[in-house]
Amino acid sequence: MSEYVLKLTGISKFFGGVKALQNVHLEVKKGEIHALLGENGAGKSTLMKILSGVYQPDAGRIEIEGKTVQFSSPQAAKEAGIGIIFQEFSLVPYLTVAQNIFLGRELKTKFGTLDNKQMREVAQERLKSFGVRIEPNTVVNKLSIAQQQFVEITKAVTDKVTILILDEPTATLTPNEVTQLFLLMRRLQKQGVSMIFISHHMDDVFQIADRVTCLRDGQYIGTKDVSEVSTDELIQMMVGRTVDQEFPQKPDYSVIEKHPVCLDATLSRGKGYVPQHLVLHEGEILGLSGLVGAGRTELIRAIIGAEKAVGKRILVNGKEVRINTPYDALRCGIGYVPEDRKTQGVILPFSILDNVVLSMLRKTAMAHGVWVNRKGNKVVCERQRKSLAIKTPSITQKVENLSGGNQQKVVIGKWLATDCKILIFDEPTRGIDVGAKAEIYELLRDLVKKNVSVILISSELPEIVGLSDRVLVMRGDRIVAELAGNGIESGEIMKYATGGKRNG
Amino acid sequence: MVEEKTDSRTMILQKRITMTKLLKGHPEAFTIIAFVVLCVFMSIISDSFFSVSNINNILRQVSVNAIISVGMTMVILTGGIDLSVGPVMALSSTFMAGAMLKGIPIFPSVLIGLATGLVFGLFNGLLISYVKQPAFIVTLAMMEIARGIALLYTGGYPLSGLPASFGFVGKGRIIGIQVPVLIMLVTYVVAFLVLNRFVFGRYVYAIGGNLEATRLSGIQVKKYMMLVYVISGFTAALSSVILTSRLMSGQPNAGSGFELDAIAAVVLGGTDMSGGRGHILGTLLGVLMLGVLNNGLNLMGVSPYMQRVVKGIIILAAIYISSNKEKK
Repeated sequence: MSEYVLKLTGISKFFGGVKALQNVHLEVKKGEIHALLGENGAGKSTLMKILSGVYQPDAGRIEIEGKTVQFSSPQAAKEAGIGIIFQEFSLVPYLTVAQNIFLGRELKTKFGTLDNKQMREVAQERLKSFGVRIEPNTVVNKLSIAQQQFVEITKAVTDKVTILILDEPTATLTPNEVTQLFLLMRRLQKQGVSMIFISHHMDDVFQIADRVTCLRDGQYIGTKDVSEVSTDELIQMMVGRTVDQEFPQKPDYSVIEKHPVCLDATLSRGKGYVPQHLVLHEGEILGLSGLVGAGRTELIRAIIGAEKAVGKRILVNGKEVRINTPYDALRCGIGYVPEDRKTQGVILPFSILDNVVLSMLRKTAMAHGVWVNRKGNKVVCERQRKSLAIKTPSITQKVENLSGGNQQKVVIGKWLATDCKILIFDEPTRGIDVGAKAEIYELLRDLVKKNVSVILISSELPEIVGLSDRVLVMRGDRIVAELAGNGIESGEIMKYATGGKRNG
Repeated sequence: MVEEKTDSRTMILQKRITMTKLLKGHPEAFTIIAFVVLCVFMSIISDSFFSVSNINNILRQVSVNAIISVGMTMVILTGGIDLSVGPVMALSSTFMAGAMLKGIPIFPSVLIGLATGLVFGLFNGLLISYVKQPAFIVTLAMMEIARGIALLYTGGYPLSGLPASFGFVGKGRIIGIQVPVLIMLVTYVVAFLVLNRFVFGRYVYAIGGNLEATRLSGIQVKKYMMLVYVISGFTAALSSVILTSRLMSGQPNAGSGFELDAIAAVVLGGTDMSGGRGHILGTLLGVLMLGVLNNGLNLMGVSPYMQRVVKGIIILAAIYISSNKEKK
């Protein structure tokens, strides 16, 4: 019998013409905790989705205990003993722990009714064996996130899982809870369960994993024993880039540095959050980097009044302003292009025209801002359509019929139309094609040339490095580092973002 | 000769294509077609259907529901619901009548009635928009409160003996048009302009289309969401002026089930219950459809109990056909 309980060889996956994975390998030993590392978009989730039967690979072989298998569905993967814990839990919030653990395969009494007593006892026993102290009668929504995760793991293992995939399990946990999770993982390991552990956090990898496999741009980079590798080596493996994207020429940072400050924000998101301070210069692209869940979007949303904040002090062009709602932010000339354009950006049943002019309806309107200025709005919208090259036969086209890239341009057009001097872009290139990406990069550079100031939130490192004049790195709801000019370098950013290196 | 034939054939084909297109993009198209079919059917069955007096009858009968439906349309366009319109109407009616009986002149009394609607709308709006409670529950509670106050105030009896000149609102005519119909038409013209030409109207649609996106676009969504309930309270009170005048009394039990008729009209008019899509003229069509249906069934001598069953089936058919189209 093979040394490996799971062996993936030469896995490739294409979406349309885009390669998501190319010739990727992964070998997991029995009872091993195997870390899977890689930036956002490196292909980790795609690989895990193939392993759990959500996607079928276009090439390559999956072997379990030496036998070649094919998963046509998530059900098939489950039956082969592969369990996966996603970041979003699949527990039913209003059922008890025991009910959740036995959901879909409830134990019955001889009369065909639910055997609640038996299920409670079995659940209790299982939880105990993993060292988890949770009462099986508790309703799940009363549990902390960590506890829910433990229940989820218990549920998966009750399904006779031999290979458990954990997708960024530590992302939302406190350090104390992480320790508990690791204890649980060690117990599982002793029972012979193999685990694939996805994480961005270096310290996690070094603490818990036996071996680590690194992916980058959908390609296999290498596998190392954790005991024989350093943080720097791992970061090099993650970010060392072969293909560089084309970014517009950056201006000399020493010039921008001397520009006046247009936004100075101090605030905390509430109790338990350390107050953060952020400064933006005129005509600057400020990159806000960090891992998913580092609190970048939340910080920005708190600044523009879309989320609660305490101790908030905002200066725009040196003048103190009150921003309690996005409406106030707009009046101060701050615009926000949100990260999820479908749920936060566009109004799907509206036309391009109605979307683009939405934020400035009052401004163009006649009769003291009451009567919609239809002619004026058309002019405004046509201007945005031309400058952004929105591909559409007519501006009366409904936005729901547009491609993702064009929808994004509509949202951007809405903010450009407002003449806001400070624009915040949250993941502006997520899920859009390469051509549209390049156009957005050009656009951002053009904007700052016109003295608009830009904050760019992006999870794609090359984007941050290629576009930003200055970068703030966030980790655990704090700004942990500031890099500027030639000091902006992906390895450095990653070190701060993953906690491989601490500031001060 | 042959050419002519193909010509007419392509014409029929083209007509068919435009018909399907019309049906696809516009859920209210069903209501238009059903409305026309219904009218034709009625005119065949009954000679009196297309008479001037019968049409006048229908228009006057629908005016009350039509005016309530204006506010309801705006509320539903934002993705909300207002169940309190019937009782608010009744309360407004009793306060209006009570004021007149106390010797307050007609015009100020009417203003008191209208203000009652505004205040209840304001309460609804504040609780839904600023206290963030679900519209269904808030307006359900307000429904009880308004009805309760109306019954308390009147002791459960109608307040009759209103000044005779007040009857003009319900029975009078201006330039040959019945006053209730005139009020209805003016309300619809104003509502049309507000929804289609006013910035406020764009915001109403935007909120229903995507609340979060609208908020992040720098629009004061809370304020506008509150305002639609204020408008709904106002239109309920406005229709109560007509009702009170028609009955020449303040009726604490009036308007029972009116919220359902208004919702039915809005839905028949093609407005999406989840908000963001719909048209005020569709609502007018829905109101007329329900009115003609009632009238026709009456002319045919169908029992009132049976009428309710038919109404329900028509509504189900309308929703089914419009939802089917959206899935395609």
